[in-house]
Amino acid sequence: MSARSETLLWVAQRASAGLLALCVTVHLATILYAVQGGLTGAEILGRTRGNPAWAAFYTMFVLAAAVHAPIGLRTVLAEWFGWRGRARDFALIAFAVVLAGLGLRAVSTVFA
Amino acid sequence: MSATLHVKVWRGGADGAFQEFEVPRRESQTVLDVVTHIQRALDPTLAYRYACRVGMCGSCAMTVNGAARWTCRTHVDKVANKGELTIAPLRNLPVIRDLVTDMREFFDKWARAAGQFRGARTRADDFARVSPQSAERVQADAAIECIGCAVCYASCDVLARLPEYLGPAALNRAWTLVNDVRDAAQAERLRAVAGDAGSLSCHTHMSCTERCPKNISPTAGIAGLKRAVARAALAGEL
Ligand code: FES
Repeated sequence: MSARSETLLWVAQRASAGLLALCVTVHLATILYAVQGGLTGAEILGRTRGNPAWAAFYTMFVLAAAVHAPIGLRTVLAEWFGWRGRARDFALIAFAVVLAGLGLRAVSTVFA
Repeated sequence: MSATLHVKVWRGGADGAFQEFEVPRRESQTVLDVVTHIQRALDPTLAYRYACRVGMCGSCAMTVNGAARWTCRTHVDKVANKGELTIAPLRNLPVIRDLVTDMREFFDKWARAAGQFRGARTRADDFARVSPQSAERVQADAAIECIGCAVCYASCDVLARLPEYLGPAALNRAWTLVNDVRDAAQAERLRAVAGDAGSLSCHTHMSCTERCPKNISPTAGIAGLKRAVARAALAGEL
């Protein structure tokens, strides 16, 4: 992979890390706030369904994770297992698609 | 201060073993003094390197009680553990024999990181004027005193995993040139330090910075390279 592509991947990982830091904080704070006094599945869905702001927030969360995790794994695979090259990158693209797919499916079930 | 030091010294190549020596303890004794005593008085076949003995040439680095150090400027007082010293060759470099490593790869990487100055002026041009206070010159000054001892290289955890990584010394050198306003090969240099084995592979463990005997922070230089490389990539200049 060219020096430019490598560098853009690095930038994407840093940028997604910034987004994830924000998303995880908001996510945890919301959970801590929402579970006070117990919580049921129906209660959660009552609050989340049809709320476009939260749907947008969690879509961003899922996409940031789908970008961030495979790039990090790419380095782990190279440094720990010596796995580099096209095959690894295609495997990681597939992994990113699976992450995004599962995440977006969950978002659409909880928020739609 | 006990009368003798118990010293274990690496003998042979990569599959060698430690050999034990008793060395008389002296005042203000350096680790290099200990190795020299062994070679001159106990076993003349011991191979090791040194030249200046005053911390300038960078040839005397070894692993002393587990950490890479310049041995000519390391006092036994500071590093001996209950009168014991374990002295081994530097890590991350092939061992030739005893305490001598093959440093070719270490220096070849300086070239691979585009560590040569490339000027654009000719003898017909006037001198370049660089203010000592300019931001670039201040950055370069902080990194310029490297003596090439490879202590940082031997201390780098990334190199242990990724042997083709350019390493702290070569990248530190590249950083001084990135800050050299006279240099005309900047785009090429950024490309050289951006790739798979370049600055972006640094995990910021900072072992190099902790161990550098000249108190340089290669980590800071590498962080500067990361920013420069990222900026160039986003601008489409890489
Ligand atoms: S002998 Fe020259 S730096 Fe130690």
